[in-house]
Amino acid sequence: MEEFVYESVYLRRDDFEEGRVLFETWDPNTQYAWDAGVAIGRYLQELKAGRLIGRSCPECNRVLVPPRMFCESCFCPTDAWVPVKDTGTVLTFSRCYVTWDMIQLDEPQLPAVIELDGASPGMGIMHMLGQVDPDALEIGMRVQAVWKPSEERAGSITDIAYFRPLDSSKD
Amino acid sequence: MNGNRVAVVGAGMTKFVRRAQETAKELSWEAAHLALESCEMTIDDIDAVIIGTAPDAFDGVHMKSEYLSDGCGGWGKPVIRGYVGGGTGVFSALQGWYHVASGLFDTVLVVCEEKMSSCQPHPQAAFLTIFDHTTERPLKPNLLWIFALEMNAYMSRYGLSKRDIATVSVKNKRNAADHPAALLGDPDITVDDVLNSPVLAWPVQRLDVSPVTDGAVALVMSANHVARRVTNKPVWVEGVGWNLDTSYWTNRDLSYPVYVEEAARMAYDMAGITEPRKEIHIAEPYDPFDYKELHHLEGLMLFDRGDAPRAAADGVTQRDGDLPVCPSGGLLGVGNPIAAAGLMKVAEIFWQLRGDAGARQVPGSPKRGLAQAWGDLMQVGTVIVMGV
Repeated sequence: MEEFVYESVYLRRDDFEEGRVLFETWDPNTQYAWDAGVAIGRYLQELKAGRLIGRSCPECNRVLVPPRMFCESCFCPTDAWVPVKDTGTVLTFSRCYVTWDMIQLDEPQLPAVIELDGASPGMGIMHMLGQVDPDALEIGMRVQAVWKPSEERAGSITDIAYFRPLDSSKD
Repeated sequence: MNGNRVAVVGAGMTKFVRRAQETAKELSWEAAHLALESCEMTIDDIDAVIIGTAPDAFDGVHMKSEYLSDGCGGWGKPVIRGYVGGGTGVFSALQGWYHVASGLFDTVLVVCEEKMSSCQPHPQAAFLTIFDHTTERPLKPNLLWIFALEMNAYMSRYGLSKRDIATVSVKNKRNAADHPAALLGDPDITVDDVLNSPVLAWPVQRLDVSPVTDGAVALVMSANHVARRVTNKPVWVEGVGWNLDTSYWTNRDLSYPVYVEEAARMAYDMAGITEPRKEIHIAEPYDPFDYKELHHLEGLMLFDRGDAPRAAADGVTQRDGDLPVCPSGGLLGVGNPIAAAGLMKVAEIFWQLRGDAGARQVPGSPKRGLAQAWGDLMQVGTVIVMGV
């Protein structure tokens, strides 16, 4: 098959930096304002009030978080708002030492998928962990939301600053 | 088998490179031209064109396949673009299959192209919009997170060792040393090299990950009566399958790719395969990360859940093992120009089953192989089973 491989020309960074090849650049100006929608609109409203909420499906009885107006499994309307707790369990986590454009970070970011108490098993949301030794993290760890002060909340997923380990004596 | 019988009769590709001087159209033309030449056809023999290419945002070109179409041989022909993220490469071959199997066309050209290098400062920017704009993007996620979260879930569920998983990266980069198009072939790489590479997002390290790549791959697919005329070594499409999981990815069990299993079941049923571990002789599962090859081998039901890493470490998946896996060198070794990488896997099965794979040829004259790709928000499985 060797004869059916085309010898493309390999360019190196220097070829651009030293002007050995011609190129054109474009800096797109695209901005978006997304509607939160019916289900997530209410989710954000509750976040601003310091609460978490899901939707329940009348057919499979799952409590869905993030909430949606339809169940993607049963393909029917969800029919009730269900408060869920701001405590939960870490389903998986990472310690990330680079930004998206591959710049090294001194302190790792700690993204996790967290199953909230009151949601159906496996129903996680993505959020960050904090106030924790990164090397002490483990799957199954119990955590609790750390809310921003109410005057700083804006109706955003970041109204929860991060989740920290739950004090087991109060669990 | 549903529909008319369809064979792959020709394949060609460009060298996979970190940054190609050629434009996306030029890369497409190079691959398409060589695929046609490999089966002594011209563009006049082609009834329809299938174009596979991943996010428009990589190139900053809206409706990228229309832009690419001239280089893909699409001028004045029925053209379609399929797009399922990283699953696109194999999905395009499936589209080629149903265009011909339906009886609508006799011969189609499938071209998959990706030029990731144009996107500055890093093509990961094009991936960031995959996260939900309201519930996730305010947390400023980067794409590595979801792989790290999935790899950690997989490792923790089955108590897997990073050393076993790293053997996949070593195998594929060594295999790629024999591939004439490879970007990252390395005959001397060791498991310790992988384990000592910088941690990006634990448990993902630098050498667990495939590289940013430019490249293109093309196939010619024909109906039975054409295939028998143009080649004495047609490779038949025996089964196809694809399946999509929910986009609520944080609601899924990340330790097992159930959508890959569903896609495999569809393809196996079509191919009449009841015991895939005996009936599949070589496999090219999608390996953008070393753990993904193992995750997919389990989803393809070629190993029990949690058993693939140990088997890989024991040499079962080496080119001369019981089940050669990614004999091409995969995405980890040959490179990962998204859509083109998936179609490279289909081309590898084509070359392997014809006995044309040169230094990479697996021993024992394999009769049946599969290629699989994966993508979107880690939610799609695309599978093709081919045989001679």
